[in-house]
Amino acid sequence: MSGYWSGIITLLSINVVFAYGIYLAVATGQLNLGGAGFQALGAYAAAWLCAEQGWPIWATLGASAVVAGGIGFAFAFPILRLKGVYLVLGTFAFAEVVAGVIINSDALGGAMGLPVPEYIDWHVPAIAAVGVALFCFYLMSTRLGLAVRAVHDDDVVCDLLGVDVRLVRVALFALGAALAGFAGGLYAHAYTYVEVQTFNASLSIYVLLYVLLGGAQTAWGPLAGAAFFTLLPELLRNTLPALKSSLYGLFGADGSMSPPDESWRFVALGVVTVLMMVFRSEGLITRTMVERISHPFRSTKSEAL
Amino acid sequence: MTGPLLSVENLSISFGGLKVIDGVSFDLEEGGRLALIGPNGAGKTTIFNLLSGVYRQDTGHIRLGGEVIDDVPSRKRIGYGMARSFQNIRLMPHLSVVENVMMGQHARPDRPGRLLAPLSIFGRSRARAEAEALLAEMGVEVAPGQDVSTLPYGIRKKIELVRALAARPRLLLLDEPAAGLNETETGELMAFLDRISDSGVTLLVVEHDMGLVRSLCDRAVVLNFGQKIYDGSTADVQKDPLVLEAYLGPRHAEDSAKEAENVA
Ligand SMILES: Nc1ncnc2c1ncn2[C@@H]1O[C@H](COP(=O)(O)OP(=O)(O)OP(=O)(O)O)[C@@H](O)[C@H]1O
Ligand SMILES: [Mg+2]
Repeated sequence: MSGYWSGIITLLSINVVFAYGIYLAVATGQLNLGGAGFQALGAYAAAWLCAEQGWPIWATLGASAVVAGGIGFAFAFPILRLKGVYLVLGTFAFAEVVAGVIINSDALGGAMGLPVPEYIDWHVPAIAAVGVALFCFYLMSTRLGLAVRAVHDDDVVCDLLGVDVRLVRVALFALGAALAGFAGGLYAHAYTYVEVQTFNASLSIYVLLYVLLGGAQTAWGPLAGAAFFTLLPELLRNTLPALKSSLYGLFGADGSMSPPDESWRFVALGVVTVLMMVFRSEGLITRTMVERISHPFRSTKSEAL
Repeated sequence: MTGPLLSVENLSISFGGLKVIDGVSFDLEEGGRLALIGPNGAGKTTIFNLLSGVYRQDTGHIRLGGEVIDDVPSRKRIGYGMARSFQNIRLMPHLSVVENVMMGQHARPDRPGRLLAPLSIFGRSRARAEAEALLAEMGVEVAPGQDVSTLPYGIRKKIELVRALAARPRLLLLDEPAAGLNETETGELMAFLDRISDSGVTLLVVEHDMGLVRSLCDRAVVLNFGQKIYDGSTADVQKDPLVLEAYLGPRHAEDSAKEAENVA
C-alpha cells in the first residue's frame, strides 16, 4: 500500500476512535469540548511509558485508555453537575489545564514534546477503529444504550422511569474519555512523536463537529462524520489547486502559480458545517434513516391517521 | 397489606413564599379510581410531582403500600409500583414508538433483558416483542419503529400511557389524559382505562372533563388554591357549594344554589 493511502487510513482510524470517544458523551446529551485534553492524556501516557519505562506497545495502548478514562471518571463527577454551555466551558477548560500541565512538565518534555521509540503502521489503528466501532454499535444496541439515548432526550422522565441518570452520564463520559485517550495512544505510536501543540482547541472543536454533523442519534453518525471530515480535506487538497489554476486560466493569468494555502481547506470545512447546521441539524445520519434502510419494506407511515 | 394503597397526610409545599399545596390529605384504596379535580392552578399537577418525587414536600407524609416514601428518591419510586403520565406529553422525541414503551420496562425487577444484553441486533428481543404486544393490546396501531415526534397528539398520548403501563404499576397517576382528544379518542380512552382498572391497577386521575370524571370515577377530591375543599362522591360534587364557588366565583355559586333549590 502506498505511503499516501496508509497515511490516510491511519489518520482516519485515529479520528474514528477519537470521534466515538466524544460520541459516547454526546449521546447522553453532554457536549464534550475537551477532546484534545483526553487525547493528550492518552498520547503522553503511551509516549512516556514507552520511552521512559520501556513498556510494550499493547501495554502502552491499554494504559492510554486507562489513564484518560480514569481521569475522565474523576473529572465527570463534579463537572457533569454543570448544564448546557457551562458544561461545554468546563470541558474546554479541562483541556487547557491538561495542556498547561504538560507544557510545564519537564518529565513530559515540556514544549519540546517527547519522541516515541516504538512505531505502529496503519494495521493497528485500522483494527482498533473497527473494534471500537463494533463495541459502540453493541453498546448502543443494549438496554443501557437505549437508556443513554433516552437520557439525551429527557433526563427528568428517565429519572422517574428508574434510570440512574447520573450513573449513565458519568459512565459514558468516562468510557468516552478512555476511547479519546486510546486514540491518543494510537497517535503517539503512529507518528512516533507527541507535542502538546497538536492537542489544541481546534482539535477539540473538530472532533465534536465530526460527531454532531455525523449525527449523535446512532452509532453510524461518528463513523460517517469522521470519515467525511477526514477524507474531505484530502479531496480538497487535490481539487482546490485544480480549481484555482482553471480560474486563473479563465482570466488569462499565467506565470508562477502558488497552490492555495491550507487555510482554504478550513474555509471549505466551515461552509460545509454551516450548511449542515442549517439544512440537517440532527446530523447526516438519523435514527429514522437507519430504520428505513434496515426495514425497506416496512411502512413507517402511521396507519391510524 | 392492610389499609389504603396510597395515603397522603397533611402535604404542603411552597414556592417562593406562596403556599401551592396546603395541608392536603387523602387516601386511595387498592383498585380504586379517584379523580383529582380543581380549577386551573389549584395544585393538581404539583400533587403528582410530590407523589412521584419531582418535588420534596415541606411538611406531611406520603405512604405507598403502607411504607412511608418521603425519603425515597424519585428514581426509586417507580419500584414501589407507581407510574405516571404528564400533562404535556413527555415522550423521548428521538426514540421510536416501541423504544419509548421499552423505557417503561426499565425499572421492573423482572424486566425482559439485562442492562448489557442487546435489544435489537438480531431482530426482535423479548423486551421489544413484549412492548409491541402491549402496544397492540392497547390499540395503538402505528409502526413500532416510527418516530414518535411526527405522530398525532392523540396517539402520542396513548403511547405515553402504554409506557407507564409497561412498568406494570399498581398505582397509575394520569394528568389530564383526555385533554386535547376528540370524542372518539376520549371514548377509546375510557374503555382503555376501564380495562386497566379492571385488571387491578389503582387509578388517580386529574381531569377537567366532568363527564369523563363521573363515568370513570365514583369518588373525587377537589383542590382549590392548594387546599382540599371536597372529598366524596362524583355524583354530588357539582352540587357542593364550596366547589361551585371555586369554579364559578361566589355570586354565580349563590345563583346556582338557588336554582338547585327551586328545582328541588
Ligand atoms: N416549580 C414551581 N415553581 C413555582 N411555582 C410553581 C411551580 N410549580 C407549580 N407552581 C405554581 O403552583 C400552582 C399550582 O400549579 P399546578 O401546575 O399544580 O396547577 P394545576 O392544578 O395542575 O393546574 P392546571 O389545571 O392548569 O394544570 C400554580 O400557581 C403554579 O404557578
Ligand atoms: Mg396541571
